[in-house]
Amino acid sequence: MPVSPEKQSTLSTVEILSQGMVINVGPQHPSTHGVLRLILTLDGEQILHCEPVIGYLHRGLEKMMERRPYRHNIPFTDRLDYLAALSNNLGICQCIERLGGVEVPERAKYIRVLLMELQRIASHLVFLGTFGTDLGATTMFLYAFRERELVLDLLEECTGARLTYNWIRVGGVPDDLPDGFAEKVLAFVKVFRQRLKEYDQLLTRNRIFRSRTQNIGVLPKDLALAYGTSGPVLRASGVAYDIRKVDPYEVYDRVEFDVPVFDRGDVWARYLVRMEEMHQSLRIIEQVLRDMPDGPVQTKLPKIFKPPAGIAYSRVESPRGELSFMMVSDGSPNPVRVHIRAPSFVNLSVLPCLLEGAKVADLVAILGSIDVVLGEIDR
Amino acid sequence: MIAAVIQFFEQHPLLWTFVKAVVLASFTLMIPLAVIWIERKVAGFIQSRLGPLHVGPHGTLQTVADALKLLLKEDIVPDGADKRFFYIAPYIAFISTVLSFMVLPFAPGWVALEMNVAVLFVIGVSLFNVVSILMAGWSSNNKYSLLGGLRAVAQLLSYEIPMVLSVLAVVFYTGSLSLTEIVEYQVKHGWNIWHPPIMIAALIYFICALAEINRTPFDLPEAESELVSGFNTEYSGMRFAFFFASEFANNFFITAFAAALFFGGWDGPILPPIVWTFLKVFVMIFVFMWVRWTPPRLRIDQILRFAWQLLVPVSLVNLLFAIALGVK
Repeated sequence: MPVSPEKQSTLSTVEILSQGMVINVGPQHPSTHGVLRLILTLDGEQILHCEPVIGYLHRGLEKMMERRPYRHNIPFTDRLDYLAALSNNLGICQCIERLGGVEVPERAKYIRVLLMELQRIASHLVFLGTFGTDLGATTMFLYAFRERELVLDLLEECTGARLTYNWIRVGGVPDDLPDGFAEKVLAFVKVFRQRLKEYDQLLTRNRIFRSRTQNIGVLPKDLALAYGTSGPVLRASGVAYDIRKVDPYEVYDRVEFDVPVFDRGDVWARYLVRMEEMHQSLRIIEQVLRDMPDGPVQTKLPKIFKPPAGIAYSRVESPRGELSFMMVSDGSPNPVRVHIRAPSFVNLSVLPCLLEGAKVADLVAILGSIDVVLGEIDR
Repeated sequence: MIAAVIQFFEQHPLLWTFVKAVVLASFTLMIPLAVIWIERKVAGFIQSRLGPLHVGPHGTLQTVADALKLLLKEDIVPDGADKRFFYIAPYIAFISTVLSFMVLPFAPGWVALEMNVAVLFVIGVSLFNVVSILMAGWSSNNKYSLLGGLRAVAQLLSYEIPMVLSVLAVVFYTGSLSLTEIVEYQVKHGWNIWHPPIMIAALIYFICALAEINRTPFDLPEAESELVSGFNTEYSGMRFAFFFASEFANNFFITAFAAALFFGGWDGPILPPIVWTFLKVFVMIFVFMWVRWTPPRLRIDQILRFAWQLLVPVSLVNLLFAIALGVK
């Protein structure tokens, strides 16, 4: 017998309505990397809905940059992605160089690439360490930070700082490499190759680790492209897109390296991409040290730098993905408009899709595998 | 003099019981201090760092200092908490641990209460621990604590079954429920661990023990990264210390229990029996810590699947073997 519409409506109210439990994760929470807040709706251990809330670290950097001469803006970029400050320095310097038509000496280009890859290793080690802790492998954290210390020592010797380097300049780098730096870097490369094997033994081959990462948080290729993700997140979804290859800057077209790509699109693939990238960075470092020419490291620029009116856009492959700067000049000493395309911001936007239907315990694995830095999301 | 003391206590059995209870409770409180210090040192060793160094020689007094700090801290009770349950939950956890220590034979004659159903008793009182965790998780009125509490109960109950089955294998094999008798049987016939069905039972016991004391890879109930330490999030000061102490005392107990069941308890050459007991316990505790600081943690559904689909059937079949091969 067909049920009348009225009857149907009364029937449907009989259904037991189960409301999800709303749980607030962050901004102070041990597993949100930085001041990220997630409002989760849970059904038991299952995540029904996730709403990221950002902006706790907003400083208005883009606006602040418009009030200062071009070269005074470089220190601001240290505070964007504070785990890869040199990549940001390079990003803004490239943009200003493009705007003003500044040529960079050969040696400076090689030094930049060398520092970029050291920075990439340092950043990926933070990912590795925190990712391990998120999954309960606390020892991984200390191992990764032990090696990061070696990189930071190198960078400190070269730049004088350990976190906010502020070391790339428009038209080159401020100073040549210190004496004996190449030998020290090569010694590190040798040690680090061994340590990477150690990580593989501790984590990559671990059954528990695999069962926690494989087929978790799968990001399909089309979704990854639709959201505009970049960096390891995109490459783990099967798209071979690396700015160092598709739009080579500095001397990346002169060094040999592979872009690791995995098709799985899960947490495991994102982990593998980063592990493999560290191997490739070591390769690049060796080649750069071998081929580095002698010569000046900086181009002379006028005291008051006024690029001609126009727009410049430049992009670099930061450890997190495609980092771009856009600057508009009207011929005055200050930029008129600055925009930063932060890779973490775009990558984070897929998080709600990945979390829907996942378990609470997978939240930390998925969030960790996207590897966001809130400094550049909130700007 | 000693004879006079013994005679005095024989005339006042209630007083003697009281003395034993006090000694046992203080022992249960002291053990965590040692175990936590060892844990820190082992963790430091595994993670290529030093661990505590400055308070006392080699940092031995660090845990004492921490305990004192916890003692002096404010006892915070959340406004929305169910106060009665919130207050008593840590004590229930601690009492369940003290009670299980009661029947543990440290050496011949060194047992607070000689009980002919000691194994059954231990299994019974250790379940109080589950109750206390659920109480703590529920009464805190905190969603993280609730999730942690629920996880803990699901996990502990699931692993209790294969654990009991593997203990039962020993019971059937040796034909006794008394821990002292089980050890004495092993003194005569060799350690249980060398007999095939008990070997498998010991393996299952080891896995379940990891889960029972919430250790990696089964440390979900207090998964720091996702649940902010789970059921004890809202606890501070001494109440937290009681949870913490009972966890580490449990760690000691579960290995001492294993030593009695599988490794011949106090049995061993040259050294006095009490030293052998402690030696076996601390070797096992070291193995536990080794495991804790190496692999990542599993997910709750993976943990439960592992218990029900693998451990329970295997331990059931193993129990049949133990019954078939055991003493009649």
